[in-house]
Amino acid sequence: MADPLTREPATTVTVTTRVNGAEQTHTVEARLLLSDFLRHELGLTGTHVGCEHGVCGACTVLLDGVPVRSCLLLAAQVEGHEVTTVEALAPGPENLHPLQQAFWDSHALQCGFCTPGILLTLVAFLKENPRPSEDEVRFALSGNLCRCTGYQHIVDAVLLAAQRAATQAGGEVAPR
Amino acid sequence: MKPAPFAYVAPRSLPEALALMARHGDEGKALAGGQSLLPVLNFRLSQPAVLVDLNGVRELELLAPGDGVLHDGLRMGLRMGALTRHRQLERDPIVAKHAPLLAEAAHHIAHPQIRNRGTVGGSLAHADPKAELPALAVTLRARLKLQRQGSERWLDAGEFYTGLFSTALEADELLTEIVWPATPLGAGWAFEEAARRHGDYAQVGVAAVVGVDDGGRCSAARLVFLAVGECPTVAAAADALVGEVPDETAIAAAAEAAAREIEPRSDVHASADFKRHLASVLGKRALRRAFARAGGEHG
Repeated sequence: MADPLTREPATTVTVTTRVNGAEQTHTVEARLLLSDFLRHELGLTGTHVGCEHGVCGACTVLLDGVPVRSCLLLAAQVEGHEVTTVEALAPGPENLHPLQQAFWDSHALQCGFCTPGILLTLVAFLKENPRPSEDEVRFALSGNLCRCTGYQHIVDAVLLAAQRAATQAGGEVAPR
Repeated sequence: MKPAPFAYVAPRSLPEALALMARHGDEGKALAGGQSLLPVLNFRLSQPAVLVDLNGVRELELLAPGDGVLHDGLRMGLRMGALTRHRQLERDPIVAKHAPLLAEAAHHIAHPQIRNRGTVGGSLAHADPKAELPALAVTLRARLKLQRQGSERWLDAGEFYTGLFSTALEADELLTEIVWPATPLGAGWAFEEAARRHGDYAQVGVAAVVGVDDGGRCSAARLVFLAVGECPTVAAAADALVGEVPDETAIAAAAEAAAREIEPRSDVHASADFKRHLASVLGKRALRRAFARAGGEHG
């Protein structure tokens, strides 16, 4: 006899979560990955799916503001939490996020498949460390695979974005 | 790659979680950070009928200095709930103060995105031979609290690991708390690891904890390798350092003997011989840094 205080496991779940600022309620299979929830249920195809076992970083999103692999989370687990995807970074093509603009200016992408995951990883990184060294940028990038660029232009873009932010803030820009 | 169908339940308290494990443990799995379990499910290497998601169980979030003495006289250092995230090991000043070896090793545990989510309890219970935390738990002689509905028991980390991905944990039990003994006053510690890409699984890793007496001789030395066997591997060769002056010759002899003692297996990334070479080099580095720290102000 089931204890009335103990929940029953279920193969479908109703999830209420905030994605890019908008509340969403969907009833989905319990086994649905967050990455597939974002792409198939919400149509947010900016989140890319690469390896589906946590190695490549392409599916990185922000969960309550910190980067996580959306292929290693169930949609059911974001109940009551807040998810941010690459779609939330820029209001439109004419008004890119400063990091996206720096990627554009530095040619930091070729095929672009890894870019959304890298942007979200680095947006969170720059918030914590607004004036990183090149080594720190490379360290922060270690969990995101890029098979086109060789990373050099990505590193350049992050340093450029950091430098622009420092200049805008009126701080002294020392070369590093 | 998608998981096979399963039923999901997210208990909100420890009693509820234990009741669910009692009812579904045989056919189910406990889900903590999911950074090892989700890949296993995605590959369908495992197809549990029920997943019990522990992330809403607040009782498992404890992180506080310990107060008291353990059964073999070691002082309690840090009490840690099973849901403590790797990121907390890396960043929380409580960890740096009371279990500095964990703080030093934490940035080797996968990548920031994984550390934000992965948990100490999950990593210890998953028992991956290439994971850092099982070896750290064996090095520091962590005590693990295993709970089932109506009862609990404590195990030393050294008794917990029984084989490849295997532990003493029964199907209806949860690993709920980890107690890390305090680093003894004047002890030195270090962690070293080699991986193909920073944050990838170790080819070889090693943790060292040492003590030095007033006369400058080694009073205790513990050297534990990861990724060179089915379980964390305690190197008996470190015992030879006790009573010696830990100079470069003694350190080199101990690390080289430890590297001869282990039995790593070749894989696509590294031959057994190369892993032995790494074990010797990393063992020397770890011992050197640990002895350099020993006798300092920390404790």
